[in-house]
Amino acid sequence: MTTLALPSTATTSLARGWIELLQFLRDRTAMIFTFAFPAMLLLLFGTIFKDSYNNTGVSASQVYSASMIAYGILTTAFVTMGAGVALDREDGTLKRLHGTPITPTAYVMGKLILVLALSVAETATLILVGLLVFDMPSPDAAHWLTFAWLFLLSTFACTACGIAVSSIVKHARTAGAILNVPVVALNFLSGVFIHPITQLPGWLITVASFFPVKWMSQGFRYVFLPDSLKQYEAAGQWELGRTALVLGAWCVIGLVLCLVTFRWTERDR
Amino acid sequence: MRYGATTAVDGVSLTVPRGRVLALLGHNGAGKTSLLQVCEGFRPADGGECRVLGLDPIGEHDALMPRLGIMLQSGGMYPWATAGELLQLFASFSANPINPEMLIERLGLQKSAKTRYRRLSGGEQQRLSLAVALVGRPELVFLDEPTAGMDTEARHTTWQLIEELRADGVSVLLTTHLLDEAERLADDVVIMREGRVAATGAPAALTAAAGIDLLEVRADAGLKPDVPFKVTEATPGEYAIAGALDAAAIAEVLACFARAGAQVTAVNTRRRTLEDVYLALTVKAGAHR
Repeated sequence: MTTLALPSTATTSLARGWIELLQFLRDRTAMIFTFAFPAMLLLLFGTIFKDSYNNTGVSASQVYSASMIAYGILTTAFVTMGAGVALDREDGTLKRLHGTPITPTAYVMGKLILVLALSVAETATLILVGLLVFDMPSPDAAHWLTFAWLFLLSTFACTACGIAVSSIVKHARTAGAILNVPVVALNFLSGVFIHPITQLPGWLITVASFFPVKWMSQGFRYVFLPDSLKQYEAAGQWELGRTALVLGAWCVIGLVLCLVTFRWTERDR
Repeated sequence: MRYGATTAVDGVSLTVPRGRVLALLGHNGAGKTSLLQVCEGFRPADGGECRVLGLDPIGEHDALMPRLGIMLQSGGMYPWATAGELLQLFASFSANPINPEMLIERLGLQKSAKTRYRRLSGGEQQRLSLAVALVGRPELVFLDEPTAGMDTEARHTTWQLIEELRADGVSVLLTTHLLDEAERLADDVVIMREGRVAATGAPAALTAAAGIDLLEVRADAGLKPDVPFKVTEATPGEYAIAGALDAAAIAEVLACFARAGAQVTAVNTRRRTLEDVYLALTVKAGAHR
């Protein structure tokens, strides 16, 4: 009998992440639909709504460029993850992996590597469109620092929620459609598609405040827009502390939901 | 190794000694895969107890998996990754894997190593699935219909590989629909029917117990030998005598031919095959319903 130690979770996570990336890059349909869609929406919105915001010198297209990063992360982290895990469960990938020495952590880490790579690429694309097409000003170093933690918290919270939600999705075939319902609804409520968010009834803003998307889009507007635009936020402030708090809470909630709901195989009928 | 019971599998108890091959036979829905699923830790047993290599497949999953090789019937492979990349991935989970290139060559997959999984033929997918089960040098392998969808050549390669595994001291538990596969590979056979064990034993013992059940005699045409067995003359001069034929019975049949003054030119006995035993058991089950 072999007494050699099994490869570390870090090694197996990397091996899994590599396959996930190959898999994604080679599947062009997935590439186009998850990746190009947010950038395309940004181009559309930005081109249609060009007006300046009440003589602030900031155009609606620049506001969209900042807010749409939240949508980009939702797509690459929440939807890709949710649908991906549901598909892995349905087609037996999870089952096959469960029959090997791999740990659940290594499985999730592999997915997380994919999601991080996708989210970085997606966000970079959206920022580039903003900078090059809509003349969004590039922020200073302090703002980039905020961007870094905002990006990581957002990606992690959305990923964890995506994995948790994958357990409720019955069929992988419909996962994309189902997962996009909360995504699109929250985009409308959270100041991504419709901004200033203050146009919404107060109670709707309250509802949106319970979810991460409002805080994500608000945070990205802080990073990329002049300080004067904070007057268009629900509280009239950027509320960075509260943003970190809510996103951090969603990371914890998502993680707990993951641990409680994660299943290797489909539920027995 | 002991197995407990699930709802689909009722009171089954099996042992696979080290370096032996056990074949589970039974029609679709007989409980073969359910039984495997409990042993593989994919499902809990609803009652009873299941121990694999002395371990509980669910509670001691992490200790058990490095010692097991599991070949599933289908699914669970990344369709856009190549056969080589997939085997490399599964090899990377093990402490001391077999060189993936060697295994690919052994299974005749060299030509498809750079082919994406979705473009592999059914037989190639099966061989890759087998390679994935073996790459971690398991002590015990579960093979769920290992040669389904393979062509004759691949099937023989797989059989040889399973024989080599046994020679190396690896225990094999396989399910199959192919009776010749079971007869060739298995040291022991378990025939399952409606979740229970209908018969068990070495293939030779199972067939020998049934004895000789057909005697073929070539003699003059149109004879009516007076024997207490069913006699048919499908082609003139070729007689088939069916029944439980021991040595005395055969002697009596031949004596009848001699009394009729027949010129016997050929005598041939046919022993029951595993297929006959299997059919007798499963047809009986059909009559019960």
